[in-house]
Amino acid sequence: MSENKTIRIIVTRQDRPDTAPYEEEFVIPYRPNMNIISALMEIRRNPVNAKGEKTTPVAWEMNCLEEVCGACSMVINGKPRQSCTALVDQLEQPIRLEPMRTFPVIRDLQVDRSRMFDSLKKVKAWIPIDGTYDLGPGPRMPERKRQWAYELSKCMTCGVCLEACPNVNSKSNFIGPAPLSQVRLFNAHPTGAMHKAERLEAIMGDGGLANCGNSQNCVQSCPKGIPLTTSIAALNRAATIQMFRNFFGSDEV
Amino acid sequence: MAQNREFFYRRLHSLLGVIPVGLFLTQHLVVNHFATRGADAFNKAAAFMEQLPFRYFLEIFVIFLPLLFHAIYGLYIAFTAQNNVSRYGYFRNWMFMLQRLTGIITLIFVVWHVWETRVQAAFGAEVNYDMMANIVANPFMLAFYIVGIVSAVFHFANGLWSFFVSWGITVTPRSQQISTYVTMGIFVALSIVGIRAILAFV
Repeated sequence: MSENKTIRIIVTRQDRPDTAPYEEEFVIPYRPNMNIISALMEIRRNPVNAKGEKTTPVAWEMNCLEEVCGACSMVINGKPRQSCTALVDQLEQPIRLEPMRTFPVIRDLQVDRSRMFDSLKKVKAWIPIDGTYDLGPGPRMPERKRQWAYELSKCMTCGVCLEACPNVNSKSNFIGPAPLSQVRLFNAHPTGAMHKAERLEAIMGDGGLANCGNSQNCVQSCPKGIPLTTSIAALNRAATIQMFRNFFGSDEV
Repeated sequence: MAQNREFFYRRLHSLLGVIPVGLFLTQHLVVNHFATRGADAFNKAAAFMEQLPFRYFLEIFVIFLPLLFHAIYGLYIAFTAQNNVSRYGYFRNWMFMLQRLTGIITLIFVVWHVWETRVQAAFGAEVNYDMMANIVANPFMLAFYIVGIVSAVFHFANGLWSFFVSWGITVTPRSQQISTYVTMGIFVALSIVGIRAILAFV
């Protein structure tokens, strides 16, 4: 009877950024090894809801389909995660899909994550290597450190940690765990460390590091297993030292 | 100067919660514990505290000003959070929520407690064993005091855990785990001291 097997999906939809959200249920035919993306594609192929009414296809974002780009993040059965690696066989039905409402909703499951990219600019999450002449090779990075830093570099700016954080919301300007951890990554790099103080001072500004309330939901939710709370605590130590340097003075600028 | 203010306020909030407010809480509960040795022992200890030199200076700079800042900024912090324990029922998220809840309960309790004791003392009432015994003779007030004391102690103990993280002392997950055990040990121990003390007035 497997040809008659179906999947029930309840999607929280929203037509425009300024309109009210509503729920719509879909029943779609089951195929083996489906993920949420292929289920949404099935709805797109035949946009008819559970009541048999014709409706608009559900809007969502996707790109890499292998959990490295972060674009397809949404709240699936109450937990934020990537829809490409959310397998239908492993999910309780009806499957509930919601947008990550911490971010402004553009349409249906599609959200605007610009604030994360703005935060990365704010904290200078890059390594400046441009000069007016060839600066030559930078200092070497020990292999052990490279392996350690690689874990932090897995961040794909997907927004799951911000969605899970109780301190990231419309009432606060907290930049969230992801950009903070990037400061730790770039400050650990031998060339990046030359701009360590600049990055630390950026996160010691409003909406920065100190707004973390240690609920530690981020580290539990990160799909890449990045030690976000360890990063935050390590930055807290670096910020404490920076604070003393700024106030009492130091040759290390 | 408007920049960096939030960082400074948050760090100040964290520091003041432990020094002096947390230390004062511990000292207060320990002095109260004299009540378990009888009314005279308590009255003697209370009188000693009352007769400390520079009393008003100590009260203002060790108790009232730090407490006021911690309470008001703490309220702001508590109300900027959007608690989500129903969706993310992790241990630390519960502690996050409880830290804010006990903070608000403690604030209500402390305001009432200061009104009933210190403010009345300023109006000429004598702070002694009988004053407290009269207050907790009412079972509702006794319950309110027990809830207030446990809230305050929890808020201090768990706040100590956050203090160690916020200042970058406990960085690794392992050290934070051990810190949880130690601070919860402090919570239990101080709760026993506080509850034994209040029950001594019954």
